[in-house]
Amino acid sequence: MSIVIDKSGPFTHGPNTVSKTMFTVLAALAPATLYNLWLFGLPAILLFIVTMAACALCEAACVRISGGNPDRALGDGSVLITGWLLALSLPPWAPWWVAVVASVFAVCLAKHAFGGLGQNVFNPAMVGRVVVLVSFPLQMTSFVSPKPLFTPGSPGLSESMTIIFGRGFSLDGISTASPLGFIKTELSKGVPVTQSLSSFPSLGDMMIGFHPGSMGETAVPLILLGGLFLMWRKIISWHIPVSMLATLFLLGTIFSTIDPARHTGGMVQLLSGASFLGAFFIATDYVTSPVSKSGQLAFGFGVGLLTWIIRTYAGYPEGVAFAVLLMNALTPILDQHFRPRVFGRTRKGEPLPVRGDK
Amino acid sequence: MKLFPILGGIHPEYRKELTSEKAIVALPLPKTLYLPLQQHMGAPANTTVSVGDEVKKGQVLAKAQGAISAAVHAPTSGRIAAITEMTAPHPSGLPQLTIMLDSDGKDEWAEPMAAIADPFAASANEIKTRVAEAGIVGLGGATFPSAVKLGLGGQHKLEILLLNGAECEPYLTCDDRVMREFAAQVVDGARIMAHALGAPKVIIAVEDNKPQAVESLKAEAAKTPNVEVVGVPVQYPMGAERHLTQAVTGRETPARKLTADVGVVVHNVATARAVHQAVRLGRPLVSRVVTVSGGGVAEPKNIEVPLGTKVSELLDFCGGISKATKRVISGGPMMGQPLPSLDVAVVKGTSGILALTQSETNEHASSPCIRCGSCVTYCPCGLVPVEMASFIRNDKLDLAAKIGVQDCVSCGSCSYICPSHIPLVHFFNYAKGKIAALDRERRKTEQTKSLVEAHNARLERQAQAKREAAAKAKAAKEAAEAAAAAQAQPTIEGGANA
Ligand code: SF4
Ligand code: SF4
Repeated sequence: MSIVIDKSGPFTHGPNTVSKTMFTVLAALAPATLYNLWLFGLPAILLFIVTMAACALCEAACVRISGGNPDRALGDGSVLITGWLLALSLPPWAPWWVAVVASVFAVCLAKHAFGGLGQNVFNPAMVGRVVVLVSFPLQMTSFVSPKPLFTPGSPGLSESMTIIFGRGFSLDGISTASPLGFIKTELSKGVPVTQSLSSFPSLGDMMIGFHPGSMGETAVPLILLGGLFLMWRKIISWHIPVSMLATLFLLGTIFSTIDPARHTGGMVQLLSGASFLGAFFIATDYVTSPVSKSGQLAFGFGVGLLTWIIRTYAGYPEGVAFAVLLMNALTPILDQHFRPRVFGRTRKGEPLPVRGDK
Repeated sequence: MKLFPILGGIHPEYRKELTSEKAIVALPLPKTLYLPLQQHMGAPANTTVSVGDEVKKGQVLAKAQGAISAAVHAPTSGRIAAITEMTAPHPSGLPQLTIMLDSDGKDEWAEPMAAIADPFAASANEIKTRVAEAGIVGLGGATFPSAVKLGLGGQHKLEILLLNGAECEPYLTCDDRVMREFAAQVVDGARIMAHALGAPKVIIAVEDNKPQAVESLKAEAAKTPNVEVVGVPVQYPMGAERHLTQAVTGRETPARKLTADVGVVVHNVATARAVHQAVRLGRPLVSRVVTVSGGGVAEPKNIEVPLGTKVSELLDFCGGISKATKRVISGGPMMGQPLPSLDVAVVKGTSGILALTQSETNEHASSPCIRCGSCVTYCPCGLVPVEMASFIRNDKLDLAAKIGVQDCVSCGSCSYICPSHIPLVHFFNYAKGKIAALDRERRKTEQTKSLVEAHNARLERQAQAKREAAAKAKAAKEAAEAAAAAQAQPTIEGGANA
């Protein structure tokens, strides 16, 4: 028996660990991911594997170069989340090299150049996504309509290999735009939103993810389910998702009421693009969001606001990734300004006044 | 009764079932007892016996010295074998002056102090004096001399004596057992204390996981007006003085003030029992109830232990500790302290001796902070541990102080919850110690500076005085010379002078 006396309390510790936390997040992502992989078929599965593998390799390489233990780094699961989220934010039939470039930027640049786990300022997956979005806009905005596995239309193995590793698919003329992209293009042609909405998938189809979009963002109910699971497990709190989604919904509703020809409504804002995935799984990234609840409310509000502004006024149909990155840059400032009130002190930090009666 | 929510707080595994159903048993009298002169906060006591003296149980061995101190009494009859330096039951393991008492096996009481027949007719001072004479300190672990705390009624308008029976630390059940088995003594002691404090009301707060204790106390409280028993939610650190006050009364104690400033004084339930014994029976504090527990202990127990018993003897009485034991600590697992050795004594503040195995401590190497914010969410003081720790790591103690590290109560909630197993409380304890030391240093330098300045000023004054004296003497001499010269050689002026 060797009794250790080197440290002071506490001498017991909760069951929580970093890897437990990370793997819970992966578990929460699984249902939506599986559903969407089914929806977009074998090419999507191949791309998913490529992205995960590329991120894991990058992590191992970076950790080895900096003299760390690659097994331990992979074991904490954080890079798997990065790879997973990155895959989910790519067009499901994007070529392999888009995924690899995105992975390198996400893991090597956004994460390890800043000092590794916990040190990065920007959400690695979103950095990867944005880098390829601005570098390869064509590939990044070419979506396919769902072609579920085991249905006619769904590509077989060799065809899938060609799509991901070969000539790509856009040449085949089956490429299409996401709903938000479609509205944006129509709007630029002078077609009012009210009209382009008629050829838009129904809200019901939007709900079940049956529309073109990134690999993992379309199955809203399953993403919501995963998000609620994370809240129940106390991995995330409601503050960021609720403030972000509420902001987005309110802005959509208010502006589409004022000017329906130019603005999509609240429900469309919520159900399209990466709103839900972003709210529950991306904006809530621990490392790059504020640590206090009030800071998180402000952060979620900022992401919602910026998403809406980018979707409405900028050249890109989709704004979540940019919005998250912009708010990431503000996180240190939010952390400084939004602290809980200290027990026994006023918000300003002065001791509370002693009661008048003595 | 309406309760108020407290911030943050965690729910560690309670593990109280190991001992909660074990009635308090007495420890067979040890052969030798080791009584450190400092078993309390404040100045160490001053020995009043010498080696070789025969003493009786309850006899004073050391007197309180200074405003904050507590007397030490003989826990049994016997002979003073030595007064010597021994390892203190403190993680520092520093030696401390300790009285060694060889028991004569008779356990004979000395003449007890006279019981105070009607404490409610006695003056506050009389009760306070008695509590001081009995050497009672806060038995919840804080070990603040109780008499000093009972004097707060003099400077504050107090409304409530809040009796702390929360016992929110995992494993510990000694207070639970005391409340169940000695409810009448606890309630009586509380009423006596409230009388001394001038507080019209007693509230006994017990965590909801001790229903029998609540029941026994309620039955007792029903017999007297003004005593109320309330169950408070099971939430660590409910037993922290300020948090308990907040939960029960809704009053938030301002930073750097006492709960007395919001009209509340908090005492532990076991302290109340000790007060009862001192006042009603004239008995000083010579033993206390200790929970011996943990996965490494063969037979966990609640034991009435004479103060000064060696921890090793106490553990032997519980069947010894197993090879799987990783840590032996004094107190609860959240705020307790590691023992430097098993050869140290049980003292007034020892509420538990726990032998914990690896699975109980669940210790892991720490990994980088992932900024999960859990430490912020669960801190009961509204602090931002992650940020304080990073300031301290970068040696920016002033910034850590600015965001409140001195408001940290070292409850350990943040360390407990941190998924990266970062020993946050270490950082804070280190910083608090360092800041206090720097403060002391600064005050000392200032003091020295002002002393030096005063000294220099005095020297300067003396020098000045000397110069003036010299100048005067010189002037006088010159005048005398001049006068002599004038006498020798009269002039017109001289004539005028004359
Ligand atoms: S709980 Fe630990 S990992 Fe989480 S923010 Fe605090 S220090 Fe960092
Ligand atoms: S130890 Fe200090 S900082 Fe940590 S939770 Fe407790 S009060 Fe807050």
